[in-house]
Amino acid sequence: MYSKEVIKHFKHPKNMGEMKNPDAVGEVGNPQCGDILKFYIKVDDNKIKDIKFETLGCAVAIAVSSMMTTMVKGKTLNQAAKITMQDIIKELGGLPFFKHHCSSLAIQALKKAIDSYKDNLTEKVS
Amino acid sequence: MKKREVYLDNAATTPVDAAVFKKMLPYFSEKYGNPSSVHKIGDQARQGVEKARQQVASFLNCLPDEIYFTAGATESDNWIINGIVDIFRKDNSDKPHLVTLVFEHKAILEPIRVLEKRGLIEVNFLPVSKDGLIEVKEVEKAIKKNTCLVSIMYANSEIGTVQPISQIGNLISQLNQKRKQRIVFHTDAVQAVNYLNCDVNNLNVDALSLSGHKIYGPKGIGALYLKKRTLITSLIRGGGHEKGKRSGTENVPGIVGLGEALNLVAKRKNDGTKIKKLRNKLITGILRDIPDSQLNGSLEYRLPSNANFSFKGVEGEGIIIALSEQGIYAATGSACASHSLKPSHVLTAIGLSDEQAHASVRFTLGRQTTESDINYILEVLPKVIKRLRLISGR
Ligand code: FES
Repeated sequence: MYSKEVIKHFKHPKNMGEMKNPDAVGEVGNPQCGDILKFYIKVDDNKIKDIKFETLGCAVAIAVSSMMTTMVKGKTLNQAAKITMQDIIKELGGLPFFKHHCSSLAIQALKKAIDSYKDNLTEKVS
Repeated sequence: MKKREVYLDNAATTPVDAAVFKKMLPYFSEKYGNPSSVHKIGDQARQGVEKARQQVASFLNCLPDEIYFTAGATESDNWIINGIVDIFRKDNSDKPHLVTLVFEHKAILEPIRVLEKRGLIEVNFLPVSKDGLIEVKEVEKAIKKNTCLVSIMYANSEIGTVQPISQIGNLISQLNQKRKQRIVFHTDAVQAVNYLNCDVNNLNVDALSLSGHKIYGPKGIGALYLKKRTLITSLIRGGGHEKGKRSGTENVPGIVGLGEALNLVAKRKNDGTKIKKLRNKLITGILRDIPDSQLNGSLEYRLPSNANFSFKGVEGEGIIIALSEQGIYAATGSACASHSLKPSHVLTAIGLSDEQAHASVRFTLGRQTTESDINYILEVLPKVIKRLRLISGR
């Protein structure tokens, strides 16, 4: 049912677990199916220096989270925010259609983390 | 080395038993006739069909004339609902009233919902206890003057709980003696056939659905038992097969396979005891070795083959994929595994939260299951749950 890449990331996820002292956190839940996806980021010089995830969800949600972390590590915040659902799906070698919402969940969660980082910054400045 | 494989999804479907397969084989290319043809080849096929009808009847302790072959239990279930409602509407100006359970199979619930939406029927969806059981007096309370059909599943496919069908049957047949509008009592026995007494006189049912592929027979074949003199409209009109009720050239190999499968079930009386022992070992082991785990549904009134758990802080589809990677095949009631993204209606009906349903896994054992299979799961599953809990951080 799932591509090799999905299974690989599901079985051996990268960057999973809690992060101590993150610069920002983004969490989204899907009320429809009860899934929760959370990214922790550390930012340096406007770049994502480190990222970790915690995901309560299906195999795809876990694979997507893991893939997302590998795709954005080292990228600038702007670059990271530009990643689309299609990008992730492509990197994962395709997803069944009814699983596309899992990747949109990851995008929302990352966006939340980035937004919250930016909000914190403006708060500090003002 | 061949990877180890343990199939524990026997409530979804079963492999065709070798003996069943063997009996079916000649009906593909040797005895391939149309049972309606008068010549020898046709007659061979007809004999196959009638022998199978006899086998089904003897399993249910009814007359061969009371057996109608269908394409499966979903068809049987749809037919009994629409067919009984149609007859009632022909003869009455009242709306027909139906009684069923909230956690019936979708093959019962969906056709009923459609009729209800169209405003053609009234219906009571009876609740079940947190153990997954119905009380007989609840059924009695629900019955009205215009009740024409009560449909209660024998055993639940997800949690395996067994309803007191013969008690309900006795109640309804008593009520029927004094009623003008006779109530037809139907049971979906798909999951029960392998392990429970399906003598229709003992159960006191007027109609019963069963399916081939849940009992080590082929897919695409099932039957409806319908007690003599029960009126029902035809399901499929055409050449008048199945006493004019369900037209279409018979699925001869399937029918032969269904008959033989039931024949084998009847012979294998000890399966239940053996399987229950293994199942209990699985339950004890899992509850002992995996913290924050729970068994869903009554343990006492339950099919010997079923175990259904929830594991806190994990999601079921992920568990199924992780197990599948290790050669263990099971099922889940999680929303993530359903295309509708809704949690199992069975688990929510017994009071589980969406979260608990999300975290559910069903194991259904079968004839093939061995003790070493159970040991293997008990070795693999705790690690899988532990790993997924690490990922979820819960
Ligand atoms: S997380 Fe629920 S479907 Fe993917």
